[in-house]
Amino acid sequence: MMDGNRAIELIGQHRTQEVVITTMSSARAWPAVSRKPELDLPLSGCMGKASSIGLGIALARPDKRVLVLDGDGSLLMNLGSLVTIAAQAPRNLVHVVLEGDTYDTSGGQPTPGEGRADLAGLALAAGYRSAVTIGDESALVAALPDLLRVDGPTFVCLKVNSMWATGRMPRGSTKRALPIMTQALAGG
Amino acid sequence: MAESALTAQVMVDTLKRSGVTHMVWLPDTESGYLHQKLHDDPDLTLVPVAREGETFAIALGLLIGGKQPLVCIQNTGLFESGDSVRGLWLDLQLPLLALIGYRGYAGGGPSEDSAATFLEPILKAWGVPYAIVESDEDVVETVPRMFRQAKERPGPAAVLIGGEYSA
Repeated sequence: MMDGNRAIELIGQHRTQEVVITTMSSARAWPAVSRKPELDLPLSGCMGKASSIGLGIALARPDKRVLVLDGDGSLLMNLGSLVTIAAQAPRNLVHVVLEGDTYDTSGGQPTPGEGRADLAGLALAAGYRSAVTIGDESALVAALPDLLRVDGPTFVCLKVNSMWATGRMPRGSTKRALPIMTQALAGG
Repeated sequence: MAESALTAQVMVDTLKRSGVTHMVWLPDTESGYLHQKLHDDPDLTLVPVAREGETFAIALGLLIGGKQPLVCIQNTGLFESGDSVRGLWLDLQLPLLALIGYRGYAGGGPSEDSAATFLEPILKAWGVPYAIVESDEDVVETVPRMFRQAKERPGPAAVLIGGEYSA
């Protein structure tokens, strides 16, 4: 298990030109590490739909790589999206799930399947090109360069501590980020 | 459901003239022939989903990427999509048209199907402008008009499909 904040920091260090969709805890932590906020879209409501938005961008812009920073509770709210994404098979989509086994923004209640569900196994069975579970920082450091560059759809389950974004206040809004990202993508 | 006077090819041609690039949808009983026509058409990309709530989120991503998507679901699926409708279609005022299969439509009269009973009151409560199509003539006139309304507002708009398509 690794610290969720450290995982976000490491992903931020390896991010280059990727469009990044964040939601719930990742939306709180990502702004502090992002150096390309014009390519960031925080999903401030509509829990569970970050991966679906990422799919839409990936289909519209196959020339751009899309990175979704999802949560396990969020994924469970939209589990069918694994099959939808796999069927479209976007080579430019990387779907990262930070799995802390709890609903952090509501106080740390356990998710169903806590400690039992194999999220990477579900993604692979749904048809993702590759899926991996990473449980410690050194393994993430070793894997990140390839994970962000191989043909997708790629699923990455990061085992993180519960309540890792506690104390971070929600930042950014989908409404404010939407025209900025749309313009940034239209410009190249 | 009213007796059909809707032709799938007329709808496809109308959507293409309106600039639709992607149709994000889950098939329903009203749209079987439409699926066949769309599947055979190289100019429109179908994005099938597992559950209707995905459609608005995928369409948002397509809009961000510069495409012109359309959502196509049944009224039952619209009810399932409540939080996507609220958090994306309405809150972000997406210039997005939805074709909604009107299960239980009784030509404007009372329906015994609650999927029909609640559809129009809910769209009114959400402030989504809508129009009902029952014939090819309706489609040719109404679909482009509702597209323009969605873009110019900008915001949500819906076309309710009051019949089954024929080939």
